[in-house]
Amino acid sequence: MTKMTYREAVRAGLREALQNDPQVFLMGEDVGRYGGSYACSKGFLDEFGPERIRDTPLSENSFMGAGIGAALGGMRPIVEIMTVNFSLLALDQVVNNAAALRHMSGGQVSVPLVVRMATGGGRQLAAQHSHSLEGWYAHVPGIKVVAPATIADARTMLGLALREPDPVFIFEHAMLYPQEGEFDETTPPSGLEGAAIRRPGRDVTLVTYGGSLGKCLAAAETLAPTGVACEVIDLRSLRPLDMDTVLQSVAKTHRAVIVDEGWRTGSLAGEISAQIMERGFYDLDAPVARVCSVEVPIPYAKHLEDAALPQPERIVSTIQELLASHD
Amino acid sequence: MVIPKCAARPDCTREHGLELLYQMIRIRRFEEKCAELYSRGKIRGFLHLYIGEEGVAVGALAALDEDDAIVATYREHGQALVRGIPAGEIMAEMYGKANGCSRGRGGSMHLFDARRRFFGGNAIVGGGLPMAVGLALADKLQKRERATVCIFGDGAVAEGAFHESLNLAALWKLPVLFLCENNLYAMGTAIERHQSQTDIAQKGANYGIPAEAVDGMDVLAVEQVSRLALDGVRSGAGPFLLEARTYRFRAHSMYDAELYRSKDEVEQWKRRDPIAFLTARLREAHQLSDGELAALESRVAAEIDEAVAVAEGGPWEPLADLTKDVYTPQSTVGAGITQATRASRNAVSQPQVTP
Ligand SMILES: Cc1ncc(C[n+]2csc(CCOP(=O)(O)OP(=O)(O)O)c2C)c(N)n1
Ligand SMILES: [Mg+2]
Repeated sequence: MTKMTYREAVRAGLREALQNDPQVFLMGEDVGRYGGSYACSKGFLDEFGPERIRDTPLSENSFMGAGIGAALGGMRPIVEIMTVNFSLLALDQVVNNAAALRHMSGGQVSVPLVVRMATGGGRQLAAQHSHSLEGWYAHVPGIKVVAPATIADARTMLGLALREPDPVFIFEHAMLYPQEGEFDETTPPSGLEGAAIRRPGRDVTLVTYGGSLGKCLAAAETLAPTGVACEVIDLRSLRPLDMDTVLQSVAKTHRAVIVDEGWRTGSLAGEISAQIMERGFYDLDAPVARVCSVEVPIPYAKHLEDAALPQPERIVSTIQELLASHD
Repeated sequence: MVIPKCAARPDCTREHGLELLYQMIRIRRFEEKCAELYSRGKIRGFLHLYIGEEGVAVGALAALDEDDAIVATYREHGQALVRGIPAGEIMAEMYGKANGCSRGRGGSMHLFDARRRFFGGNAIVGGGLPMAVGLALADKLQKRERATVCIFGDGAVAEGAFHESLNLAALWKLPVLFLCENNLYAMGTAIERHQSQTDIAQKGANYGIPAEAVDGMDVLAVEQVSRLALDGVRSGAGPFLLEARTYRFRAHSMYDAELYRSKDEVEQWKRRDPIAFLTARLREAHQLSDGELAALESRVAAEIDEAVAVAEGGPWEPLADLTKDVYTPQSTVGAGITQATRASRNAVSQPQVTP
């Protein structure tokens, strides 16, 4: 067991990838001299040199596209976009090239590209720095989308993503970087895709991912003494979704609450809810409930931001209402 | 590139020189206070200080008319202050209070004042440029002789939006002054590492846009070139690209390890402090006494104390209003003209009433 922060775990994963494969290189804004905007590549420039740790200009669409091209050309690029908010400038290359090339070419080419970016709110950075748009990415066929929520996943998912022949997008919630946890080097990593049950329980299934996992676990802890046992599922992968794990849990608990930092309308939570309805309707004792971000561009003021984002208290009260109204 | 020397400024009166100095000191002291309040947890989020670059905002904005528009970046406290947004409203915004200039929704990076045609701090690098083109297009279509000043950093020059906006503005001959604050770094990336052509003013030629580089540490020079540029812009000659060469004395945001530049480099630039530079010039010309400087400083100090009091005493937005202003209330929509547009249209003549 090694104690490390999420940031150190991401960094160790990156370092290992760079050491293991000479085709791997990292590019993005300030990954080199600055050490990464979240310090995930601090020291790498000295260790691996400027050919492999490439500082890019502020040109998101171009260096995303360059990553796609380099992948086509036989390299294993890791593209870092500082946050999902800025990735909107690169969305054209993602959707029109990375995701489409294989199919559009009739299977002639693959794009073995890994893209990492921070996501999420909670640091009073206001509407242009706080959004959770990973659900949009999960909408797009042709790419895979994962969200490491634990130290172990932060440490291992990058390596797993680099084994994939197709584009993988890794979303790291910005609030997680300083969090500490244990990493067991001896446990073989879980696959890139399956969901994980982070806390077993019989009364209600909480389905979540990324930065909301800790909030769900906190809510479960609060409810435990009141005799409510929550089962907490960490999706890990947002595309594809491991609905089997979710449905098995719902078959046991008969209730589901989905916690997703994206806005409610058109959200991933909406998709999961629909799939529970489609495939698990007769297992339900209550309507599926959702705890999402309030439909507002995330505001700066702390009390407003807190109220806009899912919080343990809101998760607790949603569960309590669900249990009270459909007992 | 012609870099006009301030010696060539016989037009600058003593009063005007003192006013420019006062504005720069205001920004400096205001931001020093912000840094202090940040470490006390009163201001949160990101806080990008403009310290060292004051000559650019003060010089360029001095050349603006009241009804010209400004589009700025997240490093915009200086522009907001010079534009006349009351310091208390800016400080209250940074506190996240309801009496802030963006009602606590935006914070340091998103200061807005539609009435003063200050269309925001924008925190997406390059995000303001296309919008500035549109503001200018609206003026042109409505045959108004006014300009839009679009401020952005050297980093933004690498974005597609920069190139697309310059092309569009030139193609349609729009009244935009593109003002690049070239402080030599985009976060930790030095300009030689993000631009193949580091002479930003050169880029105007690609689009047939007249351009000039100016010493951003010399407020008088900045003002002078801005005036010349704006004369052309307003008269229908089309856009102008002005590159102000400057330097930020502090970290990119509140804290960074500054691994990307040497202390020595920072010290070199501090010797060219725009405030010290103008102070020295006014002194040489016997236009500024110790007493006057002290009076100026205490006037600034009083304004800042007052701003902090406004912020401290300001109310918090009620939680019930969380989703307010996501859309324009129906009651204020008339004949397809939104409230914001009306506000900017009536900017000077009529104070806007917020419903
Ligand atoms: C599209 C986009 N990409 C990345 C960022 C993160 N970021 C914020 S400021 C900055 C550097 C910008 O440098 P410059 O334009 O020179 O302005 P300066 O900070 O020097 O005033 C970066 C990379 C962002 N805000 N927006
Ligand atoms: Mg810069």
